[in-house]
Amino acid sequence: MAILLGKKMTDGSPRLRRSQDSIVAWCFSLPALAGLTVFVLFPFLLALFLSFTNLRLGSPLPLEFTGFSQYKRIFTDGPFLHALKNNTLFALFVVPVQTTLALLMALCVNQPLRGMVFFRTLFFMPVVFPLSLVSVVWIMIFAPGSQGMLNSFFEWLSFTAWQPRDFLHDPQWALPAIAMASVWQGVGFQMVVLLAALQAIPVELYEAARVDGAGRRQQFIYITLPQLRNAIIFVILVTTILAFRLFDQVQIMTQGGPSHATTTIMYESVTTAFAGQQVARGAAMTVVFFSIVFVLTLLQRKLVKQKGGL
Amino acid sequence: MKNFTVQLAVYLLLGGLSLIFLIPVGMMVSGSFKPDGHVLVEAGSLRTFFPGELHLANYGDVFDRVPFARYMANSLFITATIVFCGLWINSLAGYAFARLQWSGRQALLAAVIAILIIPLEAIAVPLFYEVTLLGWRNTYLVQIIPFLANAFSIYLFYTFFLALPKELEEAARIDGASPLRIFISVIVPNAKPVFAAVSILTFLTQWGSFLWPLMVTHSEEVRPLPLGIAAFYTLPPLQWGDIFAFGVLMVLPVLLLFILFQRWFVQGVATTGMKN
Repeated sequence: MAILLGKKMTDGSPRLRRSQDSIVAWCFSLPALAGLTVFVLFPFLLALFLSFTNLRLGSPLPLEFTGFSQYKRIFTDGPFLHALKNNTLFALFVVPVQTTLALLMALCVNQPLRGMVFFRTLFFMPVVFPLSLVSVVWIMIFAPGSQGMLNSFFEWLSFTAWQPRDFLHDPQWALPAIAMASVWQGVGFQMVVLLAALQAIPVELYEAARVDGAGRRQQFIYITLPQLRNAIIFVILVTTILAFRLFDQVQIMTQGGPSHATTTIMYESVTTAFAGQQVARGAAMTVVFFSIVFVLTLLQRKLVKQKGGL
Repeated sequence: MKNFTVQLAVYLLLGGLSLIFLIPVGMMVSGSFKPDGHVLVEAGSLRTFFPGELHLANYGDVFDRVPFARYMANSLFITATIVFCGLWINSLAGYAFARLQWSGRQALLAAVIAILIIPLEAIAVPLFYEVTLLGWRNTYLVQIIPFLANAFSIYLFYTFFLALPKELEEAARIDGASPLRIFISVIVPNAKPVFAAVSILTFLTQWGSFLWPLMVTHSEEVRPLPLGIAAFYTLPPLQWGDIFAFGVLMVLPVLLLFILFQRWFVQGVATTGMKN
């Protein structure tokens, strides 16, 4: 502590300075390192460990090592398989829609026209809305019956041919409905990331292309898209991971229903660990979740690295 | 001529998109001023967006029917503490990694970067078990302490500090200033963008935090706003005007901050993309 706060710390000798640096560095980084160890690293290892046991909160049974039985159990269990399927479907819907939309929005907002700051602000605004609030607002939009907003909009679009439905209680519609609300909330984030990448493209590239007689479309295909490659890969990865983290909207809008149509890995893991007190089984589910995130991240790193080699 | 068509197309597209972004917000704000019975009935017509005469009773209901002030105070306290303490803890660590020479630096830095890919969701269940053993459930502590140290914040600070010119500290070092002094009076003033970015990202994540408080708290005394609105929605009788008033009050502080510091928000979020 004396070294941290004391006035004189250097006498010019590099060796002494290095050892003083060392003490200072440990003091500076200790709170953060301790926090990460206790609240990230330890629980992470604990998840791995617990997933091979039979731990239940409040159970009188002794803690036993049960090998892969929790994993066997969850992979033969109806709800968890539904959850895996739903997260995948959700990602397959949200990732292309959100990425394309975000790219389109970024390209528009990047035009040197009047009022673009307004549009950028508006599109980004939902990002600051808590998901819980977004979920509640969208429940209203999906309200059943011909009074509901989306229902009456579809009715108007189809010249009253549309049969009003209860979106959130319809097994076919519930997941797409949640996806719509999620895209609305999140697309501004992707837009801003892509916009920053767009603005980082050197203007000279476009000038050179114009000299060579390249049109708008050619400039987009041969300059913009390749230059955005890493940003797009990043956006796709982040959106995919977010899709697998899906929880808040499900908890508020559908509680996983109807008949598991919207249950997700996180929803299953939390309800299992929480309502069912099956901590070990919930932990096994989060290990599966983490493996998915891990593989996706490796994939991204690989794809981004490739570019450096080209 | 061609240019004009392109411009027109861009504006039409932007106008259409704007509607999609405005409709839910407009519905919420206007609904919050309507008598409860009107909200659902008018949802399918354009009247959704026009409250008619301003009906303020919903805003009173928010405070009468649920402890809104308490939720708000909890959210503010938890979020502010995490942002403020988190800035200190993570910036100091980032500084140590970027600017100081010490054994263990390389290995620990690699470990922090590896930890970066573990999302809260991946450790929620064991962490829940851990805090249960610690006896921390249903406290402020459990909503604050685990989120102070943050690998991503450290990483953002680290990359920013790394890019600062080396000469910055040299003069102060020769003057014999202590490391903490150097950090506070030389480094921090030159690193405002990264402090802003980290504050905003932490604030947004914590203000909206739902999963973790849901798992570890059960009483209104410590619960934050996101759990408040979810509870309000399930509280019979279902009164949409009240719920929307809750929503408006809940998002107002964030929206104000957002409008005031818009540039920082957008930049802060964009940096996360660039850094990866």
